Amino acid sequence: MSKPVQQLERVVIRFAGDSGDGMQLTGDRFTSDAAFHGNDLSTLPDFPAEIRAPQGTIHGVSSFQLHIADHDVLTPGDAPDVLVAMNPAALKSNLGDLPRGATVIVDTDEFNRRNLAKVGYAVSPLDDGTLESYHVHALPLTSITVQALAEHDLSRKDKERAKNMFALGLLSWLYTRPISTTERFIVAKFARKPDLLAANIAALRAGFNYGETTEDFAHTYAVLAAPMPTGTYRNITGNVALSYGLVAAAHRAGLRLVLGTYPITPASDILHVLSGLKRFGVTTLQAEDEIAGVGIAIGASFGGALGVTTTSGPGLALKAEAIGLAVSLELPLVVVNVQRGGPSTGLPTKTEQADLLQALFGRNGESPVAVVAPQSPTDCFDAAIEACRIATAYRTPVILLSDGYLANGSEPWNVPGVADLPDLTVTFTTEPNGIGDDGKPAFHPYARDPQTLARPWAIPGTPGLEHRIGGIEKADITGNISYDPDNHERMTALRAEKIARIADTIPELAIDDPDGDARVLMIGWGSTYGPIRQAARTARLTGHHVAVAHLRHLNPFPRNTAEVLRRYERVIMPEMNLGQCAMLLRAAYLVDVQSYTAVRGLPFKGSELADIIRTAVEGLGAVT
Amino acid sequence: MGMPTMPSSGVAFVPRVTEGATALGRKDFTSDQDVRWCPGCGDYAILAAMQGFLPELGLRRENIVFISGIGCSSRFPYYLDTYGLHSIHGRAPTFATGLATAREDLSVWVVTGDGDSLSIGGNHLIHALRRNVNIKILLFNNEIYGLTKGQYSPTSRTGTVTKSSPLGSLDTPFTPVSVALGAEATFVARTMDSDRKHLTEVLHAAARHRGAALVEIYQNCPIFNDGAFDVLKDREQAAARILWLKDGQEVSAGDQVAVRADDGSIQVVPRATASPTRIVTHSVDTEHPSSAFALSRLTSDGTLAHVPMGVFRQISRPTYDDSVRGQVAAAVDGGGGTATDADLAALLAGRDTWTVGG
Repeated sequence: MSKPVQQLERVVIRFAGDSGDGMQLTGDRFTSDAAFHGNDLSTLPDFPAEIRAPQGTIHGVSSFQLHIADHDVLTPGDAPDVLVAMNPAALKSNLGDLPRGATVIVDTDEFNRRNLAKVGYAVSPLDDGTLESYHVHALPLTSITVQALAEHDLSRKDKERAKNMFALGLLSWLYTRPISTTERFIVAKFARKPDLLAANIAALRAGFNYGETTEDFAHTYAVLAAPMPTGTYRNITGNVALSYGLVAAAHRAGLRLVLGTYPITPASDILHVLSGLKRFGVTTLQAEDEIAGVGIAIGASFGGALGVTTTSGPGLALKAEAIGLAVSLELPLVVVNVQRGGPSTGLPTKTEQADLLQALFGRNGESPVAVVAPQSPTDCFDAAIEACRIATAYRTPVILLSDGYLANGSEPWNVPGVADLPDLTVTFTTEPNGIGDDGKPAFHPYARDPQTLARPWAIPGTPGLEHRIGGIEKADITGNISYDPDNHERMTALRAEKIARIADTIPELAIDDPDGDARVLMIGWGSTYGPIRQAARTARLTGHHVAVAHLRHLNPFPRNTAEVLRRYERVIMPEMNLGQCAMLLRAAYLVDVQSYTAVRGLPFKGSELADIIRTAVEGLGAVT
Repeated sequence: MGMPTMPSSGVAFVPRVTEGATALGRKDFTSDQDVRWCPGCGDYAILAAMQGFLPELGLRRENIVFISGIGCSSRFPYYLDTYGLHSIHGRAPTFATGLATAREDLSVWVVTGDGDSLSIGGNHLIHALRRNVNIKILLFNNEIYGLTKGQYSPTSRTGTVTKSSPLGSLDTPFTPVSVALGAEATFVARTMDSDRKHLTEVLHAAARHRGAALVEIYQNCPIFNDGAFDVLKDREQAAARILWLKDGQEVSAGDQVAVRADDGSIQVVPRATASPTRIVTHSVDTEHPSSAFALSRLTSDGTLAHVPMGVFRQISRPTYDDSVRGQVAAAVDGGGGTATDADLAALLAGRDTWTVGG
């Protein structure tokens, strides 16, 4: 007999446990099931840099939050409606985020004296009224799982480890979603370990059945599928989407993709994904250090491949000199920086947007590069293609600024058709393009395309075009070494103008202002897109008219940026740094852009930004 | 590309000058740039030897690439009419690795100095060697920093008085050949700027070697370290000091011969006192590097009393770039050839998709 079903528009669930409890996997599976079910969703994995911090401690808590809804979702949710806490540390470190009335599911087996003491609970919070404002389901998850696996010939430890699948089964029942996709996943994952396969399936089903039979839960919840545009969908994280974007760009350019890189959190997954795509002609070289990674990419580009290097902030610092060389060589180069908290080692697993100025200016000399930032996990695909387009068309380094939130977060993706992707066909130069001093045809490596100012890409192996390039200042057109003052000034201007002209081929900054009369503009870049759109949506519900815009190109800015900024009485820019892009906009356009910043290693909450919008709108006396 | 057997030559896939076509000469490899080294610099001799050697190699000019770092020697690519890349300090092996891996049809040469390769670029040198990338690294060793005007380098002898070491340098120097052998190099040789014939022979051997080749070239800096190798250029002294390494032959200089000592080292003693069973016969392809390493230590005291010249070691090991290309080629072949739009579409969709509408 089924229990009654209650309809919900949306729910935010957070799984939290020890680093070894499998919370990321549990969250991933629930996400896949939700995606398959047709919900729109957004996820936020949050884990420590330590691989296995001491068990049961606050340091070791790993969590995974996901927001599922029957409508389009912009953020992973401000606060969880449901917290699954696998131990006291997980409860303690997440309780502060829970609104009153939230549901808490805890594994009572882990609430023993020892674990409580580890996190400073003198009395169990399950007993002292701490949780009286919440709907608490206190269940002995570990022991029920072990019981459910009584027939399985496994160690107690292995049985206990299946408790995440039990929890997943229970949540799947509670939110009325089938467990078939997860079952298929388990079958594939444990194909070579039949005993673990059987145990995990049994634990998953036991969790599902437990919900149905126990009296602990009165009813289940349903979150219906969200209406989405027609298409074939999959769920995808930012790092995977970005990797696929690079492969797709190389495919559409007809170039071989060569990745030179060094592992660094949170960018390493791009290396992992690309190293598995040799079938697409992808070459990945795990170099001896960050500098070698970018050097390999530049060497490959010199040879006519699409050279890419991937890193995070500290690695970008190390690559700076080589990127400057690529500016001087004017060769295509894509540098992916998956930003994390800084300075120095900073917060390796937490998100931040504080490398913008490093990307723009972190090199010696006047060293302009193009900078592109994706705005959501799925947009990492398109942004990667855009970075490759600019790099190949303008023969320039492009820095692609993703961040930890985009990298690990996921959302449904309307998979594009390959034929609909931009055509990035590249033509190498094969004939002399000038006349030498001797009056004969000659190759001039720094003669430029009149439109883009890009120089010719003539690769080794091309007869008659032998030439030398390097980091010493070159004479305009011939590329010979030149220390001439006027030439240096001209070349500096040409390099800057070339980057500026990229604006000819990028879309204008689009405004979203459904009311049409907003006097406040909230503008963002990168991963603040979701929270800003969510905030605008929330603020408009209370009659606060606001316009929003989002910068995808950080260098150069879209042509109409000044005009857009000047159109509003108040411009606010939220950033996960201390106001880097706001500073650029103020400097470039003399507009009083107000900065709203946070560097907590977590994305903004929509409600937080909605309050900022309301305050700004009310400050103008605009609400009627 | 899925190569069934390992190619044997360092230039196996590099196009050669067409038979019957006019052979290339020195002039074809001389660029139109004025050479800007100091008068008397050993680099002139090396450049001249190179411009004479490259035509002998018989490769198409456009398939030869010289890559350098920073330093006096690193201006080398500008003076050769091939493809060239003058990069940044110490990092030349990284660009060369990327290029050589992306393009099997190129003969890739790295020109570097003792500071460029062993100080700022030490890391890249050892990793290029251990990976055995098919690149030829010419290390011009003048035991001094020239371009920054005369500071001691990582190969300067301890006690060297320079502008930055007025009381004498304190560092223990590297012996480049020892470093290379320790870094798992498959080809290690030493030669000298002024000995054009030997230099050319060693360049040929390096070019033929499939894998990373490290060639140390003793090079005179007439401005900041003049005469550092003079004892090897004086005919009489050279005869007593230079041990010419020839595969299968005794290692000797004049009436002295190299012998194996009890402690594992190699020492040079008068032939009359040498036990015949202890005399070292040179073998370049011995798998174990200990003998080559012991030979390399003969110069570690900085006196140049006994200086082995020639190929210390040349063994065969799969190259990194061949192996990388092999993995990619196998994956491409296994997937049914070059990836099509349909293959890419399948990748993008993945295995867990759902359809909305339509």
